[in-house]
Amino acid sequence: MTFLAAIGAVVLGFLASIGRVTQFGIETVSHLFRPPYYPREVGHALLQIGYFSLPVVGLTTIFTGGALALQIYAGGARFSAEAVVPQIVAIGMVRELGPVLVGLMIAARVTSSIAAEIATMKVTEQIDALVTLSTNPMKYLTLPRVLAATLVMPVLVAVGNIIGIMGGYLVGVNSLGFNAGTYIRNTIDFLEPSDIATSLAKGAVFGFLAALMGCFFGMQSGRGAQGVGRATKSAVVAASVLILAANFILTQLFFAA
Amino acid sequence: MIELRDVHKSFGPKHVLRGVDLKIEKGKSLVIIGGSGTGKSVTLKCVLGLIEADTGLVTVDGQDVTRLRQGSSERDAFLARFGMLFQGGALFDSLTVWQNVAFRLLRGSLKKTKEEAREIAVEKLRRVGLTPDVADLFPAELSGGMQKRVGLARAIAAEPEIIFFDEPTTGLDPIMSGVINELIREIVVEMGATAMTITHDMTSVRAIADDVAMLHGGKIRWTGPVSEMDSSGDPYVAQFISGSAEGPIETVR
Ligand SMILES: Nc1ncnc2c1ncn2[C@@H]1O[C@H](COP(=O)(O)OP(=O)(O)OP(=O)(O)O)[C@@H](O)[C@H]1O
Ligand SMILES: [Mg+2]
Repeated sequence: MTFLAAIGAVVLGFLASIGRVTQFGIETVSHLFRPPYYPREVGHALLQIGYFSLPVVGLTTIFTGGALALQIYAGGARFSAEAVVPQIVAIGMVRELGPVLVGLMIAARVTSSIAAEIATMKVTEQIDALVTLSTNPMKYLTLPRVLAATLVMPVLVAVGNIIGIMGGYLVGVNSLGFNAGTYIRNTIDFLEPSDIATSLAKGAVFGFLAALMGCFFGMQSGRGAQGVGRATKSAVVAASVLILAANFILTQLFFAA
Repeated sequence: MIELRDVHKSFGPKHVLRGVDLKIEKGKSLVIIGGSGTGKSVTLKCVLGLIEADTGLVTVDGQDVTRLRQGSSERDAFLARFGMLFQGGALFDSLTVWQNVAFRLLRGSLKKTKEEAREIAVEKLRRVGLTPDVADLFPAELSGGMQKRVGLARAIAAEPEIIFFDEPTTGLDPIMSGVINELIREIVVEMGATAMTITHDMTSVRAIADDVAMLHGGKIRWTGPVSEMDSSGDPYVAQFISGSAEGPIETVR
């Protein structure tokens, strides 16, 4: 009985947090339509989330693109389909790996730092201080970060896609014996505009989720250093899981028809 | 006028406020004293709505502030009349000292040009005994007492009508404490502000207060003019003033 009760409590808690997250998300978006706005904060967040994430995005995707090329070549060789490397790398990167990898890296890099920053502000009463200075923390802290992440993630995904394909290209041309011109032509010919559009759309959704989780768990933080640690951990886990789940749903939506 | 009527607040099983009744006239300075952990800071936060009271009424000029919804424009207007010095300073560590002090003046309805805002910030810093060269430092580069004073400068920067000070002189040397006490007194007398101050420092109490209230056991134990504090006849107040370990207030050792 206590065992069942424990399971029930976990399920109820889970459902309650889904409710709270949804409410938090709706409130965040609603501030988009209600001044005042803090453009400086948005600019700062764009720089932090976008520009400073470029190195990590580049490194992650270039290695993945290279590894993908090697795998497809080795796998394809079994039924003499080695020639499809450029096409499969392009499809794999743009449709799935680019958005997902960049999303997860953003969850690691941006969600964690947002959560830790906001949780620290909460613990040291800086959020309370904002309120007493007639500044709504949702407008001043949450909206700029969520907005910036949503806007800049498609750009990061585009960069990630290009660098990932470049990783495949470098391996393909240098060690698998592909002709450089053919590789590029095959890649470009094979990719549809809709592949790119869905890739960027996924990016926007993942960016929204990553920043929202950081803000949500930061704002919910308990007291003390332990509270900050727990908020950060929960935010990264929630963002990663939500990104993967959203990826599945979006893939289903875009490609299963 | 600020009035609290039968305010209760618990955190889980812990009953912090058990029916606080308190009244502060406009333009007066009230000092709240009481043991550590009795809920003085919680009381201030209940008035500001940073903590929601479980039951009870908090009114400012007759307006029930517990009704104001988070983020509503009425609440913004209400908060615009307040300044608050937090016990821990609560400075924004991503902003420089002058940007902290001028926070209100850099955005929102009181927005001024950057130069004007900075000038006011430097002037307020001077009033709390800080030189202009700290203006461009970050809060983390200051000592605890300096952070406290920056918090104080921020609380008074927009010249609010109602100011709450949570332990303004804790962590300051005696001379600087004297300066801050005088400043608070000036703000009340010259600007006609209403002030509510929490302090453990009896010298401060005598320098700042028109009225004194003692919080004990989740209730206001005693309240009256500062002149009557010494002859209150209340053993709790007497023990608190004398700082004696002997008396009705339990000390765990
Ligand atoms: N957010 C909170 N969650 C849980 N408990 C809290 C919270 N805020 C305050 N408390 C508890 O309420 C009690 C009163 O706290 P408060 O900060 O008001 O004390 P205080 O009278 O200001 O003490 P001090 O003089 O030491 O600052 C404390 O026991 C504290 O543990
Ligand atoms: Mg306190």
